[in-house]
Formats: sequence, C-alpha cells, structure tokens
Amino acid sequence: MTITLGDLRRSGPIDFESLEEFVRENEFPLIDGTTATFIYRGHADEVLLRHWIYGLSSTQAFTRIAGTEFWRLEMELPAQSRVEYKLEVVNGDEHRLVQDPLNANFAHDPFGANSVVYGHGYEVPDWSLPDPEARPGEIVEHVLGSDVLGGPRDFQVYLPARYRETRRYPLLVVHDGEDFLRFAGLKIILDNLIHRLEIPPLVAVLTQSPNRMSEYADDENHAKFIVEELIPIMEERYSLVGVPAARGIMGSSFGAVASLATAWRYPGTFSALLVQSGSFAFTDIGDEHEGGPVFDPVVKFVNAFREEPGKPVEKVYMSCGTYEPMIYYNRSMVPLLERTGMDVRYTEARDGHNWENWRDRLREGLSWLFPGPLWMVYE
Amino acid sequence: MRIRPKRKKKAATVCLLGPQRLEPTLDAALQSHGVSGQLAVVTAGWEEREAEIEELSEHVGRAVVNLGVYERVEDIFERDPELLTEMRKRHDRLRALQDLYRVRLGYALEAARTMLGRDEDPALLAPEQEAAIAAVRELDDQHLERIREIVAEFQGRVRPAERDHVVRHKREITSILADSSALCVAGGHVAILLNRMRLLDVVGAAEGLPIFAWSAGAMVLGERIVLFHDSPPQGPGDAEVLEAGLGVCPDVVPLPHASRRLRLEDPTRVALFARRFAGSLCVALDEGTRLDWDGDSYRGRPGTTHLTAKGAVEEVEAA
Repeated sequence: MTITLGDLRRSGPIDFESLEEFVRENEFPLIDGTTATFIYRGHADEVLLRHWIYGLSSTQAFTRIAGTEFWRLEMELPAQSRVEYKLEVVNGDEHRLVQDPLNANFAHDPFGANSVVYGHGYEVPDWSLPDPEARPGEIVEHVLGSDVLGGPRDFQVYLPARYRETRRYPLLVVHDGEDFLRFAGLKIILDNLIHRLEIPPLVAVLTQSPNRMSEYADDENHAKFIVEELIPIMEERYSLVGVPAARGIMGSSFGAVASLATAWRYPGTFSALLVQSGSFAFTDIGDEHEGGPVFDPVVKFVNAFREEPGKPVEKVYMSCGTYEPMIYYNRSMVPLLERTGMDVRYTEARDGHNWENWRDRLREGLSWLFPGPLWMVYE
Repeated sequence: MRIRPKRKKKAATVCLLGPQRLEPTLDAALQSHGVSGQLAVVTAGWEEREAEIEELSEHVGRAVVNLGVYERVEDIFERDPELLTEMRKRHDRLRALQDLYRVRLGYALEAARTMLGRDEDPALLAPEQEAAIAAVRELDDQHLERIREIVAEFQGRVRPAERDHVVRHKREITSILADSSALCVAGGHVAILLNRMRLLDVVGAAEGLPIFAWSAGAMVLGERIVLFHDSPPQGPGDAEVLEAGLGVCPDVVPLPHASRRLRLEDPTRVALFARRFAGSLCVALDEGTRLDWDGDSYRGRPGTTHLTAKGAVEEVEAA
C-alpha cells in the first residue's frame, strides 16, 4: 500500500511499512503549496519545532502518528520563505535541541548550525554560489595598532581580481567582516558581482570586533577607529578613490547600528550605507525598553538619531526579515530616513535574523549602492 | 541562409568572434582566413590593463604589436588639455541626452512589450503591435540623429583629426599597421573603445587589412552600438542605442555574451529585439561563435545564431 500526504493528514491507523517507505522516498520537510510537513522518527514523550518566526509561538508541537514512533507537524509556510529551526525532543526531564535528521539543509552561524526549510519558490541565489568563471579576489590579513581602541586590531582586506595600483577603487567598510565571509559567502559574492559587472571592482575592509555588543552600540571610539584610523591606513596602503562618493559602510544586526552610528557621527564621510536587520530599538516615551542592558546605548543612540538624523550619507539600502523581531523598528526607520533627503531603498524578505537572509539581499543592496559597468563593458 | 545587407560598404574582411577569454578562437579564425605574420591589436577597452596582452600573444603564437590606443589618447589629453576639455563637454552632453532618451524609451518599450503580450483578434492587434514597435524604432533613429548632430558639431569645431598630437599618434599607428597582416580589436568598455578608436581613426589607418574583433570590439564595428542586458540587478533591462559605431560592418547588431545577457528563451523579448532592429542581423556572439563579413554578405560558423522577428533564435548559416 502506498500512502500519501493526505493519508497522513487523516487520523486513523497507517501501515508502518508504508509509512517508512513514504518517509524514505520523500524529502523533508515536505513542501506542498504553502504547507510544510515535518516528520520526526524516534522515541520521545514530546517533539517540538523551535523556530524564530516573530509573531508565531516559538514552539509548535508535533503529533505522534498513532501506533508508531513517527511524529508529524504541518505548518503554513508562505512562498519564498526561509525558516531556520531546530527540533526539541523531550524524554522525561531531558530536553534535547537537535537538527532535523531528515533535512539535509543547514544554515551556519557563529553559534553552530540550524536546519532550514525553504518555502515554495525559494532558491539559493546563483550569484551566491562559486562560479568557476569568476576571477577570484584575494583576502589579505592586516593588524592595526589602534590608539583609539588601545591595542592591536586584526582586520582583513578584500582585493578584487586584477587589482592594479594604476587604478583607484571604491572602499566598502564591512562590520563583522569575518562572519560575512564565513556565513554569508561575502568573498564569493563580491567575486561574482564584480565578474558580472553588477558592481565595480572595489576594495572591502573587513573588521571584526572582539566586543561587538558594546563597541557596535554607538561607541564613540569605534566610530573614531573606523574613520580616523582604519580608513586613513587603507587609503595609504591601497589605491583608493579616497572621496566620500566612493566610500560605503555596512553591517547587519548590531553591525548595522555601528554602521549607522559611524556614518551619523561623521556625516559626509561615506556616501553609501547598507544596513541589514538593524537592531534599531527605540522608545517613543522615556528610555524604558525590554531589550536588557546591552540595548541601553542602542536605544539612547536611536532615540537621538530619530530626534536629529541629519543627512549622514547620500544613499541607504536597508533590509529586514519579516519573521524577525526587529521588523517593527526597521519599518519605523524607513519614513524617517526618507525625510532626511537621503535616497532610501528598503526591502523585506520572508526570512529571519540570520546570515543567509543578509547574504540573499547583498546583490540588490550592493548593486544599487555601487552600480557596476554592466551596460558599458563587454569582455 | 546567406545574409546580404541592402547597403554595401567598402570591401573588407571582417571576422566577428565570440568572447575570447574562456574559449579562444582567434587563432583558428586567423588561420581560416590565411592570415600569417604580425598582428596589430587594440585593447583600449581594457583601459588601464591595456598592456596585458600576454594571454592573447600566447594564444596566437606569433608577433603581436599593441597599438596602445588607450595610452596614446591619455598622452594626447595630457598634451592637449583643450581637446580633453572639449571631449568632456561632448561626453556630458551625450550623457544628458542619453538620460532623456532613456525616459522616453522606457515608456515606448513598455508599450511595445504590452502589445506583444496581448492575445486578441490579429486583425486588430497586429497593426497596433507594428505601430508600437515603429514608435521605438523612430525614437532610436531620432536619438541617433541627435547624437550625430552633437558629434558633427564637435568634429567641425574642434577638428580633432587635425590636432598635432592626434596626427602624430595616427602616423605611428599607420606605420605599425603597414607592417601588420591583420587588426584585432578586443572587448572591454565599449564607449572608451569607440571614442579612442574614432579619435585616432584606427579603422581608416587599417584600410585593406582584415579585422578580427570580439565582444565590445565587435560592437564598435557596426553602424550603431546597442547596449543590452535583459536581467540587470537594477532597472527594467531596456536595450538602448548608445551611439553610431565605426560602420565597418553594415546592418548587424553584435550581441556578445547573448546567452548570459539576454533572455533568449523568452520569445516576446527576442521578437521585440529583432523587430526593433529589423533590417540588421542581431547576431548572438557567444563563446565559440563567429560571423564573417566578406564585404558582400555575412556567413556564420556552425552554432552561430541570430534573433528572429518570430521570437526564435536560429542558426545564421552553416559555413
């Protein structure tokens, strides 16, 4: 007997061997239109889906298929969605968070890896995958003795393929640069977008803070380090255009706060700002908030920025996932940014607060902020 | 099918090739045309990398002389700042004109695409479709005419061909070409390549020599330069006329990297492109392809395709 998804949905006994065959022959989570079906097999008292979709309960319970050790859960998954999750398997007092054994798709971040489910129509962008035709750029390691931060700071520099001292390049400052390389494939993406002529060959300086939660939260010294130490050393060592019109700064989450705060403290230094899932928490009355002490300086900064935004840059690309808690703050920032006279582009995706969301928006953001010679160059 | 343009140009052997980086075919093309001896190359489209012709030299395995067109023009600009100023002014005017053209073009192309996407009584629809495409053609022609006016005014007033440093460099180029058996024109930045080749009249200096060109090099040899990309990361991807080309090859619109840059599987877009430039052979110059012009007609190497008014992509001709 062959069983179908419909059989699973109906209550009643299901032949065990047919169920095994069904699980063996399908990929899970099984996507049927806008419905995702998850299956877990194993002994448990309870199985829960743990995800980070803002607005939904963060845990959803699986149902045991009667008379078996199979568990199933259906949830709505709108088209184009990308959701990271883990399974919580409960046995007595033991609660284990595990990756989905039936799902081969993972998303990595500094804390490990989550299983990831793709909604109907979602595809990993081809421009984020290695392209053998794209000439590879180079990553160069550097150390800068920082007076402002009181010690040495490691940073990396991305040099585009065929970097030449005879040419002058735009500069992009990337917060959490090492993480962008590891978890968002930034080098592959820069190589590909340059190869496709969608952005010009550019130099990127990749910074990584050992204490990002404080340094990225509008720390005056961080902004000073970027503008008064890092950029001058970059312009001394590399062949850069060296004017605001050819400088950009970017980051995600707290890195977005650091990017905006740096641009705000040094208006006119950068022309382009790329902020993804910015942790732009603010309050409308008083300073009380629910983000905990780490958000105190963030709230203070964003409140001050909202009060007097000025016009830190010319163009802002901003993105946020609709499944992340920051969506409210990001949406709220858009009209404010637009009122400053900056050219603002804002994009939402059905995704969460994660590196692959940030990866997937890089083509749109970078090619808008740094348009490449696509229309003029035919090699 | 052997394609004969209606308007004939002076006889010249021209070979338009697909991109050469991954699948170089220049040497085979040279051999098939019986070209031996020194090659003169223009790599001005590569800008500051102009001198980096090692791979090209290695591929053809014979003497290659770089005409140094990019650097020569840099030298001219340094020595003749008035010419530089005037060329920049012309550039700014052309750029402003291009922006204005683009505004009208967007609406005209949108209308044409909408018309081609409709499915109604053909007796009613076909003339409307034709008119929508004619409006785009008229706009392209008008744009080209305005560009010609600006360029003619510049040529008449500034007389670049008569300026000392231009004359000197052209003389040197002519001398090199006299010792060469063919001219090769590589791709790169199409406007830089066009302007610099035009300023030094490289094609005039190469009269009588066979020309082998690829990518942007192929584009500048046509009568008009069409910029194209159906799926850019920003904007609608409207192909646009940039300028008149050098006019060596009549009635052809070379489309380098067509498979990558155009949605060839979309019959509406293909048909619109072919009908918009009807009268010209819209040739897809992908890797390994080749289109030969013998001064009378075009012949395609097997696998070389062109866009048709019916929205198909068909072989030009098996040579």
